[in-house]
Amino acid sequence: MAGASFSRSREWALALPLAGFFTLFFVAPLGLLISVSFQAERQMTGGLGLGQYGAFVADALNIAVLADTLIVGLKATALCLFFGYPLAWLSTRVSARWQAPLIFLIVLPIVTSVVVRTFAWIIILGRNGMVNDAILALGLSAQPLRLLFSETGVVIVLAQVQMPLMVLPLITTLQRIDPNLESASQALGAGAWRTFFKITLPLSLPGIIAGTILTYTACVTAFVTQSLIGGSRLLYMPMLIFQQAMDLQNWPFAAAVSVIFMASVLVIVGMLVALSRSRAAKLYG
Amino acid sequence: MHRNWEALSFSAVFGFFALVSIVVLAGPTLVILILSFTGEESLRFPPASYSLRWYAALADANELHAALWVSLKVAAMTVTACVVMGVSASLAIARSHSRFARLLETLFMSPLILPALAFGFATLMLFSMLGVRASALTLAIGHIVVCVPFVMRTTLASLAQLDPALLDASRSLGASGFHTFRHVTLPLISRGVASGAFIAFMASFDNVPVSLFLQDARTQVLPIYLWDIIQNQLDGRAASACGVIIIATALIMVLMERLAGFSRFVK
Repeated sequence: MAGASFSRSREWALALPLAGFFTLFFVAPLGLLISVSFQAERQMTGGLGLGQYGAFVADALNIAVLADTLIVGLKATALCLFFGYPLAWLSTRVSARWQAPLIFLIVLPIVTSVVVRTFAWIIILGRNGMVNDAILALGLSAQPLRLLFSETGVVIVLAQVQMPLMVLPLITTLQRIDPNLESASQALGAGAWRTFFKITLPLSLPGIIAGTILTYTACVTAFVTQSLIGGSRLLYMPMLIFQQAMDLQNWPFAAAVSVIFMASVLVIVGMLVALSRSRAAKLYG
Repeated sequence: MHRNWEALSFSAVFGFFALVSIVVLAGPTLVILILSFTGEESLRFPPASYSLRWYAALADANELHAALWVSLKVAAMTVTACVVMGVSASLAIARSHSRFARLLETLFMSPLILPALAFGFATLMLFSMLGVRASALTLAIGHIVVCVPFVMRTTLASLAQLDPALLDASRSLGASGFHTFRHVTLPLISRGVASGAFIAFMASFDNVPVSLFLQDARTQVLPIYLWDIIQNQLDGRAASACGVIIIATALIMVLMERLAGFSRFVK
């Protein structure tokens, strides 16, 4: 017994290097960020106050940027779910021979550079890009459409870039569902659609929520995609923070914007987690 | 008859959406890969002619070489630190059910959820107030924080599958804690660790939001250099550099799949 507790305390020591590292380079910077956001003066002369937050709220433009960021993330996440769910479903239904290449195809984008994948979309959606060539050739429009630097473009590209984050948790939950449940439902007379909506979909909810959290947080903070596809006309929170911090050197305001942005993301993630807990309690409690 | 029709319509609708997703997922990468072999001056798809000219143009792209070198150096430092600290922290919290262990796990995983750009800015303020100048080391410090969750996730997943009876057996046979780790635990979790290290490497190599704040003129990283080219001049070398990245990534991933069953750990 004494030996066990000794080795337990020794095992704890193994977490110390990372805990120390995180205290210095994660907790401390975030603490600094929060304290700088309460600086009243741009020059950070020491006076404290809520002035930076007041300045953010007072300008309707800032509120619009925050709302745009959160809404674009929502749209892209919905698109991911709508297309990602059937893909996850397919990869649990195909034979083992097809499953491996399919999973490979889904995972490859995760490790491929985001800059590379976003670059591809500039070629595809640009004024002289593939999509516009096709639209002009088919006579669907006389003018090339403005796809790049539009919100629609940002939503489409965000959804494509982040889709694996939605699909992978979905595959995991779909694989865990007992196939007997679906057989039982069908044997009792329910058709494929009814079985899906009454059995498969509710049981895969934990995967949907896990995927939604990962995809949503990735979409709202996807600085590269937002700024390359959105261009300078569309402004989102990450770019606002960058402009204030680096171009205008207004650190207290940039810090306040960062805190507001982080808090908004955490509130949304918290709501999703609470939702998944209450659903789990209903299903299994 | 009605049942058959319903099953068919379900499969048709789900199959169609899945197929669209597959095309959309793979398409853009293929477009860049094909485009990188263009023989033309402008980046139009499909190319009118094919050549290796833009790959040849990479040979004397000195700035690009410098950026690549910085990125590789930072990624190597990041992965080393992530594996050493991440694996040992995983060992500490894996088998504990205490609240404190869960709290630490949440702390170590939280960089996945928090906006990396806000964290990059916060770290810049810390370094600037401490008077630390930007270098490959400051870049690596920022990258370690955002990359360590990847190593921990795969390591914790493989530790969860580890049969504790094996460790008890090793200990009761007289092996020391380190001996047990070296000869029992480590071989059994090595695939998870390798997969996490690979993801962490790619995440560091690809990182923009943190690097944006922690780099300076001497330590520009590759993704930001490419981003500048793409945004400003859309040079053919951007396509061939992306082509190299795509081919290298796919090759390493095939290798990781063979050696470590990589895709199992990403889920």
